Amino acid sequence: MKYVDEFRDPKRAAVLQQRIKRLAAQIFARRRRPLQLMEFCGGHTHTIFRYGIEQLLPDSIELVHGPGCPVCVLPRGRVDDCVALAQRPQVIFATFGDAMRVPGSRQSLLEARAAGADVRMVYSPLDALQLARSHPRREVIFFALGFETTMPGTALTVLQAAAENIGNFSLFCNHITTVPTIKAILDSADMKIDGFLAPGHVSMVVGETPFHFVSDHYHKPLVITGFEPLDILQSLWMLLRQIHGGYSRVENQYRRVVASDGNDAGLNAIHQVFELREYFEWRGLGSIDHSGVRMREQYAAFDAEKKFSLANLQIADPKACQCGEVLKGVIRPWQCKVFGDQCNPQTPLGALMVSSEGACAAYYNFGDQQALLRLREENGASV
Amino acid sequence: MNGAPVTPQQTITMAHGSGGKAMQALIESLFVATFDDPQLSKLEDQARFYLAEMSGGGDRLAFTTDSYVVDPLFFPGGDIGKLAVTGTVNDLAVGGARPLYLSCGMIIEEGLPIETLQAVAQSMKRTAEAAGVSIVTGDTKVVQRGACDKLFINTAGVGVIPAGINIEAGGAKPGDAILINGYLGDHGAAIVDARGELAIDSSIETDCQPLNHLIADMLAICPDIHCLRDATRGGLATVLNDFAHASGCCMQIEEQALPVRTEVRGICEILGLDPLYLANEGKLVAVVPAAAAGALLDRMRAHAAGADSAVIGRVAEAPAKRVLIKTAFGSQRIVDTLIGEQLPRIC
Repeated sequence: MKYVDEFRDPKRAAVLQQRIKRLAAQIFARRRRPLQLMEFCGGHTHTIFRYGIEQLLPDSIELVHGPGCPVCVLPRGRVDDCVALAQRPQVIFATFGDAMRVPGSRQSLLEARAAGADVRMVYSPLDALQLARSHPRREVIFFALGFETTMPGTALTVLQAAAENIGNFSLFCNHITTVPTIKAILDSADMKIDGFLAPGHVSMVVGETPFHFVSDHYHKPLVITGFEPLDILQSLWMLLRQIHGGYSRVENQYRRVVASDGNDAGLNAIHQVFELREYFEWRGLGSIDHSGVRMREQYAAFDAEKKFSLANLQIADPKACQCGEVLKGVIRPWQCKVFGDQCNPQTPLGALMVSSEGACAAYYNFGDQQALLRLREENGASV
Repeated sequence: MNGAPVTPQQTITMAHGSGGKAMQALIESLFVATFDDPQLSKLEDQARFYLAEMSGGGDRLAFTTDSYVVDPLFFPGGDIGKLAVTGTVNDLAVGGARPLYLSCGMIIEEGLPIETLQAVAQSMKRTAEAAGVSIVTGDTKVVQRGACDKLFINTAGVGVIPAGINIEAGGAKPGDAILINGYLGDHGAAIVDARGELAIDSSIETDCQPLNHLIADMLAICPDIHCLRDATRGGLATVLNDFAHASGCCMQIEEQALPVRTEVRGICEILGLDPLYLANEGKLVAVVPAAAAGALLDRMRAHAAGADSAVIGRVAEAPAKRVLIKTAFGSQRIVDTLIGEQLPRIC
């Protein structure tokens, strides 16, 4: 398959693997402790597990799987609001597929659908707008979520709805932003990350510039990375090259998709429709300043939060959850007190077990669970 | 004949399920006429078989049932009728049985065009003929609009297992070879595509096909097949996990050996689906003694239903009850069964 097979070529992977090993050994000889490199994006986490990339890396590199799975980090209160919206009479609630399983405090959208709510899976916000056109007597609400990657699509859909004067369409806006979240991770006291693989598709929209603070102010190397296994390996090698050379820059491995200035049309649409919220609540990480967007007043008619009254309750994460520590690389997924027992993909307690892109779910599904459980016992974690 | 025969221009009404003349007309002029079986034509409440005739073919009866609720009813390469015959024939055949007789229970939503029902019944007849089975008894129910989705079909099937054939999920032994009879995921991808939600122009057709003749060929040269299943819902991953759990062994497969069409890979790439979990309706997974694998593969490839057969892995002792896949990079990962349905990823 064109543009896919080239980036999954085992021979090229072996070359990169050797380069990574050589550099990592030289770095380890100096530092005497493993490097912690964070892939921020859930898409990267998925690739890493899908292709077993951690097994190709030397022990001196630890991958920390970041919070960039928009489905995982959705707080329970917001899911409860989704369910409440979906349960209103006359409402068709349209959502991306993998958001359907995210547990609220009582129900997920899948469970709400089973109980009678009209919840429909769509592949694009435009599909939701089409539902509104074809069901003029129903109220169609689109569950808008995702980072900057999915924001332009939502924004353009709102602009289209406004242009057509479609009165029965609105968004429940849960879009979140990348940069303030990376900043929050960098500012946290227990931060140990040595370098970042930055999300390729977010960067396709926002460009390289917004990431410069990571190298300029925090002196951490950052590489904008694509989603195929060779992309990940090459970017890891690029991070090592910076660490080995003792410098920090923003580098762009994903040049076939990411322009340094981003995508003007996408950014314009985002700025036209959305504005930053003062703060947004994340499952596992708590409240982060400016980490979410809401719709501008001008588009209030399409804002489900204004159109319908919502409880908007904050529901604390279960106490046993250690998602925040896993997200920041302080502990590994299997070192969490509830990993695999109380918290598993069937009954997830924490954010990271929710979607297949969450680090814990990925370990649970793709990792050797028996080996992990043995490790936990050796580490003295309580079962 | 009671009542006037139904015509393709009519639609199903509650009267067609009422037990009166309309129902008799539907059964006789549509189902009995199409299925054209001497047992069925007698319109008794049951089909009857001579035991002596059946016992000549083996020493055990196999009996199975399955219900079919696919949406849309017609999709590239198949329809609910073809599926309803194939699925039950295959469920018998993978136990080593020679499928003989099927029942057909129809639950019809009022408003369904008779023309549609006729097309489904004709497809069932064609598929049954191809598989060499007869539809010998049936039932028809009509429900109010909204109580079912257009048409649900249940088929049950009876077959005979020849003496000496002992196929079971727990039969895998370390060293055995794992075989598949062709491309993975065609049915699942065709259904996703046929729902029209994606507006993709593709040429993917369902792989829906009876496997009993292929399996008969396989058993003819290797009666000692250890495990055999058709990889329907939940795909290859689910079947291999069943084998691994039942046998206490490890199923090790090679990602590069898995036959997946480029179009199916494409749909999976776009939606974030995994072909390992996509449904098939004409794919069998066999665990066989390694010594027999080469000859079996040749025999399978000589059959139309197995032209793209491949050895996809082997059975190992450990880790017990696990399915492992070796990637092109030499790394390994666990292939677990799905938690719920496979949902497309957001980005």
